[in-house]
Amino acid sequence: MIFKLEDVTVYFPYDNIYPEQYSYMLELKRALDAKGHCLLEMPTGTGKTIALLSLITSYVLSKPENPVKLIYCTRTVHEMEKTLAELKLLHNYQTRHLGPAAKILAIGLSSRKNLCVNSRVLAAENRDSVDAACRKRTASWVRALAAENPNIETCEFFENYEKAASAAVLPPGVYTLQDLRAFGKQQGWCPYFLARHMVQFANVVVYSYQYLLDPKVAGIISKEMQKESVVVFDEAHNIDNVCIEALSVSVRRQTLEGATRNLSRINQEIERFKATDAGRLRAEYNRLVEGLALRGNLPIADAWLSNPALPSDILKEAVPGNIRRAEHFLHVLRRLVQYLRGRLETENVEKEGPVSFVASITAHAGIDQKTLRFCYERLHSLMLTLEITDTDEFLHIQTICDFATLVGTYTRGFSIIIEPFDERMPHIPDPVLQVDLVLSVLLSCHDASLAIKPVFDRFQSVVITSGTLSPIDLYPRLLNFHPVVSRSFKMSLTRDCICPMVLTRGSDQLPVSTKFDMRSDPGVARNYGKLLVEMVSIVPDGIVCFFVSYSYMDEIIATWNDSGILKEIMQHKLVFIETQDVVETTLALDNYRKACDCGRGAVFFSVARGKVAEGIDFDRHYGRLVIMFGVPFQYTLSKILLARLEYLRDTFQIKEGDFLTFDALRQAAQCVGRVIRSKADYGMMIFADKRYSRHDKRSKLPGWILSHLRDAHLNLSTDMALHIAREFLRKMAQPYDKAGSIGRKTLLSQADLEKMTNDGSINEMLY
Amino acid sequence: MSGAAQVTKRAKYKISVKDPGTPGALRMNDQKLMFMPDNRNSGAKLVVEFKSIQGHKYTKEGSNKPPLINLANAQGGSYIFEFDSYADLHVCRDFVSKVLEKSKETPNAALEKSAVKLPDEQLSEEEMQLRIKLLQENSELQKLHRQFVGGNILTEAEFWAARKKLLDRDPSKKSKQRVGFKSAMISDIRPATDGRTNKVTFSLTPEIILQIFAEKPAVHRAFLNFVPNKMTEMEFWTKYCRAEYLSRTKNYHAVVAEAAEDEELAVFLKEDDILANEVRKKIRRVDPTLDMEADEGDDYTHLPDHGIFRDGTKESNELQSEHYRRTLLQDLNRHAAVVLEGRTIDVEREDSTRALAEALARSKRGNEGADNNANEERLDRTPRVAEIEDLQAPHCLPLAPLSIKDAREYFDSQQANTLKASRDAQASMKCSLSKQEAYGSVRDAISEIKDMGLSDPIVNPEVALKVYSGLTHNISSIKYHLGKNPRETVLDRLPSATKEKLLYHWMSIQELLKHFWSSYPITTPYLYSKVNRLKDALSNIYPQLEEMKESLPADLRHQVSLLVRPMQQALDAAIQHYDADLQKRSAKSGEKPNGYI
Repeated sequence: MIFKLEDVTVYFPYDNIYPEQYSYMLELKRALDAKGHCLLEMPTGTGKTIALLSLITSYVLSKPENPVKLIYCTRTVHEMEKTLAELKLLHNYQTRHLGPAAKILAIGLSSRKNLCVNSRVLAAENRDSVDAACRKRTASWVRALAAENPNIETCEFFENYEKAASAAVLPPGVYTLQDLRAFGKQQGWCPYFLARHMVQFANVVVYSYQYLLDPKVAGIISKEMQKESVVVFDEAHNIDNVCIEALSVSVRRQTLEGATRNLSRINQEIERFKATDAGRLRAEYNRLVEGLALRGNLPIADAWLSNPALPSDILKEAVPGNIRRAEHFLHVLRRLVQYLRGRLETENVEKEGPVSFVASITAHAGIDQKTLRFCYERLHSLMLTLEITDTDEFLHIQTICDFATLVGTYTRGFSIIIEPFDERMPHIPDPVLQVDLVLSVLLSCHDASLAIKPVFDRFQSVVITSGTLSPIDLYPRLLNFHPVVSRSFKMSLTRDCICPMVLTRGSDQLPVSTKFDMRSDPGVARNYGKLLVEMVSIVPDGIVCFFVSYSYMDEIIATWNDSGILKEIMQHKLVFIETQDVVETTLALDNYRKACDCGRGAVFFSVARGKVAEGIDFDRHYGRLVIMFGVPFQYTLSKILLARLEYLRDTFQIKEGDFLTFDALRQAAQCVGRVIRSKADYGMMIFADKRYSRHDKRSKLPGWILSHLRDAHLNLSTDMALHIAREFLRKMAQPYDKAGSIGRKTLLSQADLEKMTNDGSINEMLY
Repeated sequence: MSGAAQVTKRAKYKISVKDPGTPGALRMNDQKLMFMPDNRNSGAKLVVEFKSIQGHKYTKEGSNKPPLINLANAQGGSYIFEFDSYADLHVCRDFVSKVLEKSKETPNAALEKSAVKLPDEQLSEEEMQLRIKLLQENSELQKLHRQFVGGNILTEAEFWAARKKLLDRDPSKKSKQRVGFKSAMISDIRPATDGRTNKVTFSLTPEIILQIFAEKPAVHRAFLNFVPNKMTEMEFWTKYCRAEYLSRTKNYHAVVAEAAEDEELAVFLKEDDILANEVRKKIRRVDPTLDMEADEGDDYTHLPDHGIFRDGTKESNELQSEHYRRTLLQDLNRHAAVVLEGRTIDVEREDSTRALAEALARSKRGNEGADNNANEERLDRTPRVAEIEDLQAPHCLPLAPLSIKDAREYFDSQQANTLKASRDAQASMKCSLSKQEAYGSVRDAISEIKDMGLSDPIVNPEVALKVYSGLTHNISSIKYHLGKNPRETVLDRLPSATKEKLLYHWMSIQELLKHFWSSYPITTPYLYSKVNRLKDALSNIYPQLEEMKESLPADLRHQVSLLVRPMQQALDAAIQHYDADLQKRSAKSGEKPNGYI
């Protein structure tokens, strides 16, 4: 349908539109007009992505004098593919109605591992070895050598791409990663470098959060993006955590050992170069005197992860004199590693701010703040000079330098935590493992606004949107920005297609909870198991269960296995489980979908805050019921969390308890929200913990769930929940009128929309 | 052609008896004989139709002459073949004489007969038995068989071809529905302890063994490798159970120690490398919208030591026992995946474990190719998933289009049928009023009533009664008869002989029509002659039906004719189709009306 939204003609690829999509577009448009940032919460299953995409592309089409670039950030690659698939649909629609004028170039960008088409490179196991294998064939010096010596292997795709030079362009269109690979294969051009190159010219770029937030990556990939860009962070409810992770580094004993090995290897290389090509080192020295600004001129294949979050003025400064010579820099690093090793020799937990930590380094190792700050950059330059291609071997020393640079750059928002760290959950009694305590120095970032600040500063509009951004006023504080529009939309439902329930008691009427003192109670595990057994026998197709942590899931599944509950569940549905192995989880998910598709039905066990909860949809028959076992609180004894809470309290006056509850409930809401995709879809949500019935917890749930949570459903036991579920499923099986009842329309056709715009009732509907 | 209808022998082709002859192969079937010389270039290649052969002579065994056969053709020439042995000669001689006899039998219809000849069916004793048994059990079938096969309307083969299902009753051949794997885990073969001694007993059935093989390819491979060369089956399973028991105890150090000592035992405890390979292959083909592995490759915080540890998400300890750690969760996933894949072989059919293992290996190899297609289909679906379903009118369902070769012909015949049926229905009640007239008369009647009131009958009562009874005659009569007992059908009202007859006719008509329609479109002369036969049989039924109707008392005749009418219509349609087809054919083939296309 095509309709006018104020002065913009919107091309929307469907025949009908939800009213909330319309108002979402309206708010978004106002934010774009005002060239400001905005924060929009709209429930899952109301077509956020397509509304957003069609508004922004239509906005550009309507105002060609002001070409805005869309940078769309997703958290995961599969969300990226989904977004691009929707964009493709939209693009087809627009070109059908507008002809070639509507043609745009939209690409997804990912790492070499996901884009490479060279089968020999792809044989490498993980991302880092793919990167290294790629560099081994495409680095400028390797190619220079290969020109003389035909035995040196290069990548034919990259060579072809280089040969094509400026002719290597993507024709307009929408390219998913798969399309890029196919195109690259067909043309014989390297899709990765082609995509990297085309990012500057593309109208729409879809990539992962890291490419903007992680300064190491953003430095290379996103530095050429113009200011007139709209940056969208989709599913952004976790954005603060992503920001924080991007700037946190931990150093363990293995890291230090690895770094020492790396350093001696670098030393050998330096000696070798001194003997054979001393001029090279001298040239590097000269370049460093002139400053780092030259870095931008490196050939594209040589550029790699750049420095973390350097303020732009630092790039203009010259590298301090004491680390310009390679040997000197090596000495500095040796001293730093030695110092860190000394700090690890502790039995107590220590917590320190960056300022005192830097002071201590200066005192003990004689390295000042400025030197620290340049470590990453200097290492980078050195490795290029030494022509090191197997970069994955040097991850450890990179980590150390990364750490040094962050410590040297930021004086607030970070803390250094040194603790004897058990990698496994400390409360699992396992005498064998407790011997292997791992000591680590953790540089932990608390201030989410640090990583995202450059983004807010640099781009004209930043849109943060998700299904759960409640309470919506917290995010501007956490991320420290001022949105021009901040709104939370309700969901107008044709029928009550979601059915949230709070289950507080098991079938024996005893309370259930994952509270620390109750979670190991066999009665609770049994009650949870009984709940699931009952549910699998009445709910069709897919059921998803979320647990509060991997360890809890392990424990409870083992209990169920021993007590035969698992067997009972299996009589009705197949069981698939998320494990910490991503490959296995992916296959399990794939099989889960197959089982739902073929009508066998299946249960998927997953973990809140896990990979699956973050980005996999369980829409339609893939999820008719989702059970959240317990409240997914963060592990409150963690030092990192405590430090962050302290920081939040001191800086933003956010109470610890409030933040923890907020965080737990947004995770829970996120988990259960995965079952709804459209208004034709339906699903039940069971919050199985007695704590959900308390008002202070429950009220933190997003409005669209709360509005369907009836008072009668707040304090249920298993049998009552079962009854409600039966009723609900029966009701959902009835035919219904999609367009909504007479009073409130929930599905607007073009005619409806025109009529409402003309008589002004559209505003009434919106507010 | 089935093997028995053809004979191939080594022979030398001679132009005369004195001729040394060209060595080669003589092949004969019931229509012609062919001679292929070994030396392709010798030019002695020969193809002769049997209908041109007039007679045959051969040398007698025991005489000093070599085994020769001499086939004389109509033009007076002859073909002489010399065989390697008398045995070969006899076989060929018998064959030739049979063929020649057959063509002599119906010298006039020789052409047609040879064309019509059905691929000779060589029935095994067993099949014959089965057919006889079927006929004995089912009297209706027997009747049909006697009528049509006995009456030369259908051949034996044609008759049974329409009943393949019945013939498949043989249990070994019948494909019964395969039972999939049980959903419950078999790793639940819980060791049974008797409580007094320390002995632990595991019990394994073929079912369980198959499932173990399917879920643990490494065990499967080990079985194929070890049994029976290296150890006996019993030893193998003892070892396996021991390994299971060990890993159940969750004492990883004990596991590691045991595995170090016994390399065969280690096979069961180690990570399954075949599985790992399979996983690597599969991961490339998963739906990109849920490929979390791709994320791993994209996420730069996955560099070691970056980011924050959350709830043990970053495990990276390189204990040696990691190798031997097979978690329950992995087992569950693997199990569910295997159940989902389904079972490819049948336990009951494999008598030994060894055979079972081999069958599984075979079926696995076979499956590999099939996977790719299924996957491509899934990838196609991905963009459709991206759409929001209720904002858009639904996609058309994936219906297979109806394939009608000549649409016009099909619909014409259908239309003719309905037209005729409706004409039949209307025929009894003639009405010649046009719309205007009817409207006018109603208006007149209304105005008349307005003027005069309803004092006089509007319609002549006799006419009204006639119309009424005409309209309701069928309904009322049937209602009258049926009303008493809802179970009773019209058939039950008829005398049993008539009922039998009706049912019998109906059955035979159906049988004939089944064969009739299945022979269209006519592509071979064989089908043509079959249709001819069937048409004759069909037209013979008309008088029989009429005769039956006439033999009935008047009150039943109407009902019987109601029942007979659909039969007649079906027959009409068939005959009409036949005529139309014949016309079209003769128009096409001009002066050759005789089945030659």
